[in-house]
Amino acid sequence: MFTNFPFFPPEASSQAAQVDGIYFFMMAVAAFFSLLIATLVVVFAVKYRRRHPDEVGAAIHGALGLELLWTIIPFFITMVMFGWGAKVFYDAYRPPAGAMEIYIVGKQWMWKAQHMGGQKEINELHVPVGRPVKLTMGSEDVLHSFYIPAFRMKADVIPGRYNVLWFTATKPGRYHLFCAEYCGTRHSGMIGWIEVMEPNDFQAWLAGGRPADSPAAAGEKLFQDLVCISCHRDDAMARAPQLKGLFGHTVQLQGGGTVVADEAYIRESIVNPQAKVVAGFTPIMPTFQGLVSEEQLLQLIAYVRSLGDVAPPAPAGGATPPGPGKD
Amino acid sequence: METLNYLNNGHGLKSWLLTKDHKRIALLYLVSITLFFVIGGFFAMLVRLELLTPAGDLLAAETYNKMFTMHGVVMVFFFLIPSIPATLGNFLIPIMVGAKDLAFPRINLLSWYIYVLGGIFTLVAALSGGVDTGWTFYTPYSTAAANGHVITAALGVFITGFSSILTGLNFIVTIHRMRAPGLTWFRLPLFVWSHYATSLIMILGTPVIAITVLLVAAERALHMGIFDPALGGDPVLFQHLFWFYSHPAVYIMILPAMGVISEIVQAFTRKNIFGYSFVAFSSLAIAIIGFLVWGHHLFVAGQSVYSGMIFSFLSFCVAIPSAIKVFNWTATIYKGSVRLDSPMLYAIGFIGLFTIGGLTGLFLAAMGLDIHVHDTYFVVAHFHYIMVGGAIMGYLGGLHYWWPKISGRRYSEPWAKFSALMIFVGFNLTFFPQFIAGYLGMPRRYHAYPPEFQVLNVASTLGASILAVGYVIPLVYFGYSLVAGKKSVNDPWGARGLEWEIPSPPPTENFTVSPVVTEGTHQYVHPSQEVGLA
Repeated sequence: MFTNFPFFPPEASSQAAQVDGIYFFMMAVAAFFSLLIATLVVVFAVKYRRRHPDEVGAAIHGALGLELLWTIIPFFITMVMFGWGAKVFYDAYRPPAGAMEIYIVGKQWMWKAQHMGGQKEINELHVPVGRPVKLTMGSEDVLHSFYIPAFRMKADVIPGRYNVLWFTATKPGRYHLFCAEYCGTRHSGMIGWIEVMEPNDFQAWLAGGRPADSPAAAGEKLFQDLVCISCHRDDAMARAPQLKGLFGHTVQLQGGGTVVADEAYIRESIVNPQAKVVAGFTPIMPTFQGLVSEEQLLQLIAYVRSLGDVAPPAPAGGATPPGPGKD
Repeated sequence: METLNYLNNGHGLKSWLLTKDHKRIALLYLVSITLFFVIGGFFAMLVRLELLTPAGDLLAAETYNKMFTMHGVVMVFFFLIPSIPATLGNFLIPIMVGAKDLAFPRINLLSWYIYVLGGIFTLVAALSGGVDTGWTFYTPYSTAAANGHVITAALGVFITGFSSILTGLNFIVTIHRMRAPGLTWFRLPLFVWSHYATSLIMILGTPVIAITVLLVAAERALHMGIFDPALGGDPVLFQHLFWFYSHPAVYIMILPAMGVISEIVQAFTRKNIFGYSFVAFSSLAIAIIGFLVWGHHLFVAGQSVYSGMIFSFLSFCVAIPSAIKVFNWTATIYKGSVRLDSPMLYAIGFIGLFTIGGLTGLFLAAMGLDIHVHDTYFVVAHFHYIMVGGAIMGYLGGLHYWWPKISGRRYSEPWAKFSALMIFVGFNLTFFPQFIAGYLGMPRRYHAYPPEFQVLNVASTLGASILAVGYVIPLVYFGYSLVAGKKSVNDPWGARGLEWEIPSPPPTENFTVSPVVTEGTHQYVHPSQEVGLA
């Protein structure tokens, strides 16, 4: 039962080496100061042990120089840690343009993934090696956290909003996926596997899956089924804002403000349409909260996105559009 | 005939339950927090036993979740937060400032009753089916999904908060208004300084957690939309409010322990502290900066990168005053007259474990690294190094140091040394492997786990067993000491301080004649020089 006993997790993403770099630096600093303090305390305690019951310690009250020394040196060391940590974090949370996109929905107690080509997975995620992958993640119920130790990547998955996580896998293999934010009874069962594949194997895997609609196509169907189309029309009779070319653009709101039409805005406009009303329209849209699931919301967003004139989500296959930064 | 002291001045349950004597109230607290420590420890043992094997086989998943929740709630709110302030602080602060009692003796007694009432709510929640939210009560799980008696447990936390506020208020007023003639701020024992800083956090922070758990109860019971997005609320708002108190709460636990260590190190080196004002002001710095770091719990919760950076920067800053203390303690031992009696063993253990706990805190403050270790066993190991390796080692060290004063009797020193060693070894064996498990990626609050983490978990459970025995031994020899321990003299350690100038145990009024203070504490002079001066 004690076979396979690692001390260090595999390094399987481009971020992993970055994170481990800080870790080793901080380990060295921590080991140095722990040993320094331990040695000094033990040596002093032995060397200056009381040899006579009347003995008292030397009358030393302090030294300003020493106080400044052990204030300033630790401060500079921690500032190196701060800067390094902030840099790695900053890079780790800004996905590069043209990353392959996947939608993730967490729910008690499973992970659902939806590739842009329509492939769906549960508690597994297949990704190619060497290509940036961007996950847009929402939750159906409570807080979850999408955590891949081998990638040193984690982001909370929060109901009512989207969090983004991205990585570039560097080594083919099968890696743990954990839910890291406590989410109830079967929290420790909300686990799965990340399968990192060679690009050719990945293409084969994509092709082998059961054919399903892409999220955008599924979203278009929903758009028809929910009769969104009766108001969000292309013609002059439209009682609701035009969706064509909307995504990624600035929208003028009633009352003066503006907002950029991103995933969060579109999600909000579906579940809470009164929150931000587009200038020139009456707020007649009913809420769809509870009528559409988190997955369907993501599909609707994918559809709205596909109507836009900015780059649509890069599909997993890479068969379709030549988006910017496609590698 | 025995002389009259606070212990034999009045007999019967009523003389205890209606006492206004700060020393008796300290003992009421001592008995109640010990009870909660045993209960919290029992939950911890069940957690560790479950984790012996990768499969979730000993307890059902829901039961396991309730165990770690109750362990956290009981240990944090009913043991660690009141531990040193309500027992040693209550007993010693009036004596150390040369007063007959705290400023508001009746409020002091009231705070104990409030604590007990809060404790009863929590025990009722535990016994009638438990709570499975985690001690953090994160929303929307706690308000919309969790099993068990969330509202009862939340009310327990709400109620006991007032006991904390009243204790803090009492200490601040006492320290400001009741110091003996000649006892200037810079002659105060460092124990008093650290309790002053702690009290500031108690009165400024506790109202926030009280309101926050009340809002959780309101959302759960009345479906007011505050935190649950399905009701129009914001779950991350809860995290901000919760950690605004709960991060400073860690300093409520550790600052008093730092005060204890400062006293012990001076007494057992017969040397006054190196850099008194730096140690004193570092306590205040920790209390103040500690209020500005809560966002480091939200680095991966979708907080803006820039606010994350500010919180990261401030979290590194709060480490500096702690480092200053460690360096000053070490420098105090230099050229001291060192005796390694059991309190000093605890103090040295504290310095070592707190250093590791503090340094691993830096790992979590570094944003890039926190992405990986957040919510893993690395965090569990880190905060147990601070709360158990730091706060409990400090508490036990203080209890051993002042026990002859409190009880008027000695305990078995060989057994005390032995248990200090067991606790140190057991503690490290329990929690050091958790750093490794955490970096490997083992998430916290897992009922079952992948088999490659088993070796580390077996080591951890083994260590916890040693630790448990280490905690039981003092219960036995302290109990024995109460009935059959050798009588202690006023100043068994040859230490300097107002508390060592009065009888052991002290009389009810502490001082028969109000003391006049002419110098700081722990001023040690060789007897030959003393004679020469006289």
